[in-house]
Amino acid sequence: MKTVNIKVNGRPMVVKEGTTVLKAADAAGIKIPTLCHLDLPEYGIVNKVASCRVCVVEVEGRPALVPSCAEEVYEGMSIVTDSVRAINARRNNLELLLSNHPFECLTCAKNLDCELQALAEELNVRDISFKGEKMHYPLDTSSQSIVKDPNKCVMCRRCETMCNEVQTVGVLSGLRRGFDAVVAPAFNLDMINTSCTFCGQCVAVCPTAALTERNDIPRVWKRLFNKRYHMSVQVAPAVRVAIGEMFGLPAGTISTGKLVTALRRLGFDSVFDTNFAADLTIMEEARELIHRIEHGGVMPMLTSCCPAWVKFFEHQFPDMLDIPSSCKSPQIMHGSITKTYFAEKMNLKPSELKTVSIMPCVAKKAEAARPELSHDHLQDVDYVLSTRELGHMIKEAGIEFENLPESNFDNILGESTGAGVIFGTTGGVIEAATRTAYELLTGETLPRIDFEELRGLEGIREATIDIKGLKLNIGIAHGLGNARKLLEDIRSGKSKFHAIEIMACPGGCVGGGGQPYHHGDMSIIEARQKAIYEIDKNSPRRKSHENEMVLKLYEDYLGEPYGEKAHELLHTCYKPGERI
Amino acid sequence: MPATEKAMQYRIALRNCGFINPESIDDYIAVKGYEALGTVLENNTPAEVIEIVKKANLRGRGGGGFPTGLKWQFTAREEADERYIICNADEGDPGAFMDRSILEGDPHSVLEAMAIAGYAIGSSKGYIYIRAEYPLAIERLTIAIAQAKEYGLLGNNILGTDFSFDLDLKLGAGAFVCGEETALINSLEGKRGEPRKKPPFPSVSGFRGKPTSVNNVETFASIPAIILKGADWFRSVGTEGSPGTKVFALAGKVKNVGLVEVPMGTTLRQIVFEIGGGIFEDKAFKAVQTGGPSGGVITESDLDTPIDYESIKEIGSMMGSGGMIVLDEEQDMVELCKFYLDFTQDESCGKCTPCRIGTKRLYEILERLTNMEGSPEDLDILEELSRNVKCSSLCGLGQSAPNPILSTIDKFRDEYEAYAYRTKKTAYTIDADKCIGCTKCSRVCPVSCITGTVKQAHVIDESACIACGACYDACPVDAIMKP
Repeated sequence: MKTVNIKVNGRPMVVKEGTTVLKAADAAGIKIPTLCHLDLPEYGIVNKVASCRVCVVEVEGRPALVPSCAEEVYEGMSIVTDSVRAINARRNNLELLLSNHPFECLTCAKNLDCELQALAEELNVRDISFKGEKMHYPLDTSSQSIVKDPNKCVMCRRCETMCNEVQTVGVLSGLRRGFDAVVAPAFNLDMINTSCTFCGQCVAVCPTAALTERNDIPRVWKRLFNKRYHMSVQVAPAVRVAIGEMFGLPAGTISTGKLVTALRRLGFDSVFDTNFAADLTIMEEARELIHRIEHGGVMPMLTSCCPAWVKFFEHQFPDMLDIPSSCKSPQIMHGSITKTYFAEKMNLKPSELKTVSIMPCVAKKAEAARPELSHDHLQDVDYVLSTRELGHMIKEAGIEFENLPESNFDNILGESTGAGVIFGTTGGVIEAATRTAYELLTGETLPRIDFEELRGLEGIREATIDIKGLKLNIGIAHGLGNARKLLEDIRSGKSKFHAIEIMACPGGCVGGGGQPYHHGDMSIIEARQKAIYEIDKNSPRRKSHENEMVLKLYEDYLGEPYGEKAHELLHTCYKPGERI
Repeated sequence: MPATEKAMQYRIALRNCGFINPESIDDYIAVKGYEALGTVLENNTPAEVIEIVKKANLRGRGGGGFPTGLKWQFTAREEADERYIICNADEGDPGAFMDRSILEGDPHSVLEAMAIAGYAIGSSKGYIYIRAEYPLAIERLTIAIAQAKEYGLLGNNILGTDFSFDLDLKLGAGAFVCGEETALINSLEGKRGEPRKKPPFPSVSGFRGKPTSVNNVETFASIPAIILKGADWFRSVGTEGSPGTKVFALAGKVKNVGLVEVPMGTTLRQIVFEIGGGIFEDKAFKAVQTGGPSGGVITESDLDTPIDYESIKEIGSMMGSGGMIVLDEEQDMVELCKFYLDFTQDESCGKCTPCRIGTKRLYEILERLTNMEGSPEDLDILEELSRNVKCSSLCGLGQSAPNPILSTIDKFRDEYEAYAYRTKKTAYTIDADKCIGCTKCSRVCPVSCITGTVKQAHVIDESACIACGACYDACPVDAIMKP
């Protein structure tokens, strides 16, 4: 690697060519404030718009100040980070942003989790020199997933980078000009009227509360308080390895037992595991795959657990709606089984029961509201809370999460295998399916359970699994931009895969839009992923078809996997959407 | 116009405007049109063409003043499978119409120059980015391009050589910022018209990521003349550091308004008082505003400075694209700045903080001041914020937007202070010596603040006066004085 000689505040340094001034200064022990900057090339996230101007520094020989986040070093460069002009400019630009920001910090969804607030504290802003008009756009509360408050937008464009370059959804972009400039869908359409997938990656990277998840906490509190319903809750796999972060525990702490206890203390009557439904999904999906292979059905088969991915292909590839598996997502399967099988067992009418799910995701909120995911005018899932929202509820209830004793999920719909938990990471769904498909197709026990070749964090991965001579070509993509590449190959007939797993968020559900904010630290997502595999490794049963409660469900209620009753309760269909 | 005025103008860029039929390629060919293109294709290597332009020291007429030959050289030296030539015809300064006149009056000269530039840098494709508000220029360019293609002067194997060059028009959607070259390139690519960070400069990574040279209309219009008459001839016109001529759009309170093309080094006094014929209605001269919304004001004391790219900066303004507005004694400088800031804050693309919010705040402070709601502290904030917007904005628009403020607050601080300390008179007064007591003023006053008896001097209650000017217009003996 070529190096260059530079000076930072007079101090000579040798740094790698291509390093940004920001990183060079960091190496010199100088912290330059940043706001719009979000540079994660390993995840394909590079936001170098250099628009906020709170990281400007002097470069000798340049008349204007230079954005340190986007400027690369060159031989002989002399950087001054602490000139009066640079310090004043950084502060001035922050004050300008604050002068156009609603001062609702006390009641803001991002209170104490806001990068603008943190910056104001860091630069010790006590008074704002500039006063004047503020933006006054209406809130966009049109969707069940995402609330857009343009008045809190600082034009960092991170969401735009996520939406356009990482996810290739193309809903968000700069709109209008001058003081009225804001990031929004074309023609300032409401989010619900666009091809937004509600993946929530814009929410995950927004430094302020311009983009947040819809707050469903009050609705759930109301139901918990009035005791009129049997309150059932399910917890998605990726939640248990991230919820601890809300309480200061390190990323990747496995908190399953504490989580169950916390949910009981919040007042839930039944605490279930979405992993149960993940195992159930595998029973259906593996059968569907085998059915397609044996009957010459449409190939490849794509997973359908991720609601953002489902919405993506409905809008972007409406000509290929027969390719994804018809399986409902584990969340919806769980809700559906709760309101039928479980209700029957408990002698409850489906209407006497409310299903809540805790998801690492904001798209799950919109998914739960899809009209076709219901029975007899009752939605399969009534309320969806993100990992963050649950964390806030636990705090509000005064529960000291860190010190909670551990307890187990309730029986019947709480049993799960290691195959269920790995649904929480990229590669996990297909690995779980492979474990089951292998044994179903061969009638033999798997020689090794861990399919290492399906794991990792690369955007697109592929592997060939040899099932006694049947070569199963498997593709994996996380991030919708990567998914698009695989889909375009399918459309043009170039795809060689039998089965493809797709998750919308980088890293899969561990990196979901509803998880505690990572603030650009992607090691957090890796730690969560590691913890997921840890849980799997330590599970007594690691194949979905060995889940005794799932087998009992088929025996008692559903009949054959992929059979008639299963189709009624566990499968769905897709509808084409528009691109806007 | 008297003979002395005409003698001072020297036409290079405007050489054919008004003399030939712009819709006839034959007319252009009759005045040696496309001869420069033929000459370079026959006699010069691309590197030699760049050398000629470098030697002529032609500098960017869009306002930046960057040496055109150097820009071509930087573009040519990049390894690439395609390079692009773009003509920046997104002229947007209020009151400026230099480029429009060239495109309407002599479109072929620009096409010819673009083909020469294409040959010099190794490009086979050019674009003219023109604002859609110039329908006649668009029409004439469209005709000219079709004619040049028909004559084999654009397209494949031009004049039987190996050189091929094609041109397309792209209409801008009305954003001032798209005159900034990186914003222009974004717009051309179909993206939002907002600037990109430089470096990389367009000569390295421009349109579609390829090396691109963006040059202004007037720059191009000078090229054929330089090729035909030589670099030495061009350098004999104008000053050592800024050879050639500059077209200005002379406007404002001056007797002769319109386009003037003068050699660099001409003084403002010559332009305003000789070519322009002096101040309208012979009022007193106050200042000249140059450089449009990005420029500053030049006062009496600097009127004799020979104008070129460097000297005009030294006296606190900038060349800009050539807007030149003459101001008389009645001009309120704070109001003038408010006009320009209103323009820039509206035309800011909104990408970077200092320009998006900073220019808005600057405008609001000026508005507070002129509404008599400001304070002395506002002046400090105005100056500090101006300097910050200038040094920390992303592109040239933001970096130059505060120039009108910094320039006028430096030269006319008393006017700002009159607003800030609220000592500015806002009421009309009556000169008692002149007043004949006709009562016309008191009868037209809409707020009835003028009192007095017939044939006695009248008095205006200054606290009630709304400065509407009705009395001023009504007075038959000029006894009413403006605030």
